[in-house]
Amino acid sequence: MEDTPVLALSGVSKAFGAVRAVRDVSLELYAGEVHALAGENGAGKSTLVKILSGVHRPDTGQILLDGAPVEFAGPADAQQAGVAVIYQEPTLFPDLSVTENIFMGRQPRARLGIDRRAMRASAAELFTRLGVQLDPDQPARGLSIADQQLVEIAKALSRQARVLIMDEPTAALSGKEVARLFGVAKALREQGCALLFISHRLEEMFELCQRVTTLRDGAFVASDMIADITPDDLVRRMVGRELDALFPKQETTAGEVALSVRRLTREGVFTDVSFEVRRGEIVALAGLVGAGRSEVARAVFGIDRWDAGSVEVDGKRLRPASPTAAMAAGLALVPEDRRQQGLVMDLSIERNIGLAGLAALHRGPLISRLAERQRAKDWAVRLQLKFARLTDPVNVLSGGNQQKVVLAKWLARKPSVIIVDEPTRGIDVGTKAEVHRLLSELAGTGVAVLMISSELPEVLGMADRVLVMHEGRLVAEIDRADATEESVMAAATGRTAA
Amino acid sequence: MTTDRLRQSMTTDRLRQSVTTDLLRRWETLILALLVGVVVWASLGVDGFANGSNISFLLLDTTEIALMALTMTLVIVAAEIDLSVASTLGLSCAVLGWLWNAGLPIEAIMPICLLVGAVCGAFNGLLVTRLGLPSLAVTIGTFALFRGLAYVILGDQAVADLPPAYTGLATASVGPVPLMTVLVAVLAALAAVVLHATGLGRSIFALGSNEEAAYFSGIRVKRIKFWLFVASGVMASLASLVYTFRYASARADNGVGLELAVVAAVLLGGVSIFGGRGTLPGVLMAVLLLGVVRNALILADVANEVLNFVTGLLLVASVLAPNLGAIWRRRTSPQMEGKSP
Ligand SMILES: Nc1ncnc2c1ncn2[C@@H]1O[C@H](COP(=O)(O)OP(=O)(O)OP(=O)(O)O)[C@@H](O)[C@H]1O
Ligand SMILES: [Mg+2]
Repeated sequence: MEDTPVLALSGVSKAFGAVRAVRDVSLELYAGEVHALAGENGAGKSTLVKILSGVHRPDTGQILLDGAPVEFAGPADAQQAGVAVIYQEPTLFPDLSVTENIFMGRQPRARLGIDRRAMRASAAELFTRLGVQLDPDQPARGLSIADQQLVEIAKALSRQARVLIMDEPTAALSGKEVARLFGVAKALREQGCALLFISHRLEEMFELCQRVTTLRDGAFVASDMIADITPDDLVRRMVGRELDALFPKQETTAGEVALSVRRLTREGVFTDVSFEVRRGEIVALAGLVGAGRSEVARAVFGIDRWDAGSVEVDGKRLRPASPTAAMAAGLALVPEDRRQQGLVMDLSIERNIGLAGLAALHRGPLISRLAERQRAKDWAVRLQLKFARLTDPVNVLSGGNQQKVVLAKWLARKPSVIIVDEPTRGIDVGTKAEVHRLLSELAGTGVAVLMISSELPEVLGMADRVLVMHEGRLVAEIDRADATEESVMAAATGRTAA
Repeated sequence: MTTDRLRQSMTTDRLRQSVTTDLLRRWETLILALLVGVVVWASLGVDGFANGSNISFLLLDTTEIALMALTMTLVIVAAEIDLSVASTLGLSCAVLGWLWNAGLPIEAIMPICLLVGAVCGAFNGLLVTRLGLPSLAVTIGTFALFRGLAYVILGDQAVADLPPAYTGLATASVGPVPLMTVLVAVLAALAAVVLHATGLGRSIFALGSNEEAAYFSGIRVKRIKFWLFVASGVMASLASLVYTFRYASARADNGVGLELAVVAAVLLGGVSIFGGRGTLPGVLMAVLLLGVVRNALILADVANEVLNFVTGLLLVASVLAPNLGAIWRRRTSPQMEGKSP
């Protein structure tokens, strides 16, 4: 089946100032095939996607469409050539209906204005073709990320896209939603689409893809048929060395109770949640997406108010709805959505790292620039941040490195209790291991860690205890010894285990 | 040796910063170049521009705008806006005139005026932070409200028999420099330090750029915004005192339209209307630039309409310039669309 690829890159390079994001990379996408793009954070995957979709122009090299060189002057060109991209954060118009979003800018015409009936019918037909159930009249606002992605895919299909690129589509999906997305992707593959798929989860690549191209530091490493390699081979290609243990759990002895949450209730969101986290302990909060885990974390940290119950840190009761009070008591929260909540994307790396501890940077009434820089430098080195300058805005960092900046910002405060919400979302295997090592070290120094995670291996690998939430309630508490995939999943899906 | 290393690392850092192709920095350089250019042009080409008394007058004449621009900079960096400043100024003038007529000593009236400004600002701040209303809408409302109140208090009379000690102070000079310019310089230095060298300033930039992330970082977003509006109100009433004594006349219509001049200067100075970006030196240069342009054009006997036109042009240019690149790309890409297969 070595015919001409639908879309290919040949010897493409792209630099941003001194950062050579992509160096001499070639890539071939074939019809009826899902191609995986693997690489660590900052390896250049998203940059490559942006070249394929016309957002960036390559400095050197060519884009080949059906074997003939083309130039994409902008995203519109790429779209016209049949290339569609699903970004991690979908870009729908929230106030328009699903149908209107799909046909945005290309509404079928009737004699008077737009033919709504035809539009609606073809939207429904697209969903049937994808085998999903979505209401064409529903406004995009309120759709889950997974559903929004499906709308984007329908949009791509309606444009007769021949190439579908998905940049980390699964990072924010639950297990069930991933399965549904894979169903759709496989159907498209059968229909002759060429797909490019990016994920940091190896098992996903091995389930869905036929071919995998690996990048390291912007350079091409290898292109293999998935059938010919093992996950370990792939990791070696990505990180260029043998990886240490992914879950470097240290044995620690739990100390005094650091965080104590009692009968916490926020009406309609979560009910009667009680738990404790001790010094030196890593406690995982597991459950399905939407079970109310992040909401509990937000309330504990004072972002949202609670209706009943109490929170104590080191024996002191927290004032409700005050992040400042929570921080003063020694609490830190690494939030779920790093782009919206964790970082100020336009501010520099050093300013972001300093932001949660401005008081500590003061010398008298003024901020000490030196202290600010020193703090940023220290933590950048400790977390092995990949960056050009500390004065660069964080939005030029790759996803994983952004996450490290959020961690740095909070670790620099030396908290006594840290809540991390999906700490390794969108993070590559190597960095994942690093983050795990870091959390483990923190616990080793007596910090109480509460970790919310949707990744079972992470939960099972890291936690001393697993708390499981289901529909706003804490339904199970499982010790490390008894925690298995089955016991956690059973509780998370509401099948109350023994 | 440590100090040596320290100094060395600091200079390299500064070097790095100056090398960054930061649009804002380039924008300030541009404004500075423009300012120098206009000054040179006016000195050579406009009769009566380049003499001491005209320069003093020019500086004195920008006092109120400069004062209000200081706090307006902070407010706009925080992604809010206060369009009620000139009306607050008017209200404060009216209160001054009214109380003076009623026979209160001026030393008692002045703090009351500042209090009026604080209350106006607090009112704006409460509506914005407690009720979550957009400051654009709130301050358009209070823009009319405060000015209306000024007329209610003072009608259309002008209170002119103000104590000469104070009217003299408002126009006094230390050497060649107007006393009020010294006041502006001191307050500007203070504002610049707050914005660029304190935790409060860091917080203002952060919340102006991403309020949610700022809140998640433990920054007291609402409290800061509230006090910014209060500061803006107090500064407007301080400007009202200068205005009243400078013209020796307290009227309800004092400073009509000044809010636009203030916002114009702030935006021209490189502060982003979307918040999160800008510097105080840039704004001060823009205030001067607009002042020089106006002064030179008046001396050159250019009609008032042309004057407004030029000011407007500079403003539109300043809002447009950062976006020109993007607009250009958008305009050109549809044409390319047809060319590729
Ligand atoms: N617009 C930009 N300006 C400057 N540097 C950039 C820009 N975009 C990307 N980079 C840099 O290019 C490199 C590659 O980034 P890219 O986003 O492609 O990585 P990635 O492989 O997608 O990583 P991740 O898995 O974390 O998403 C990084 O070092 C990043 O900092
Ligand atoms: Mg990426």
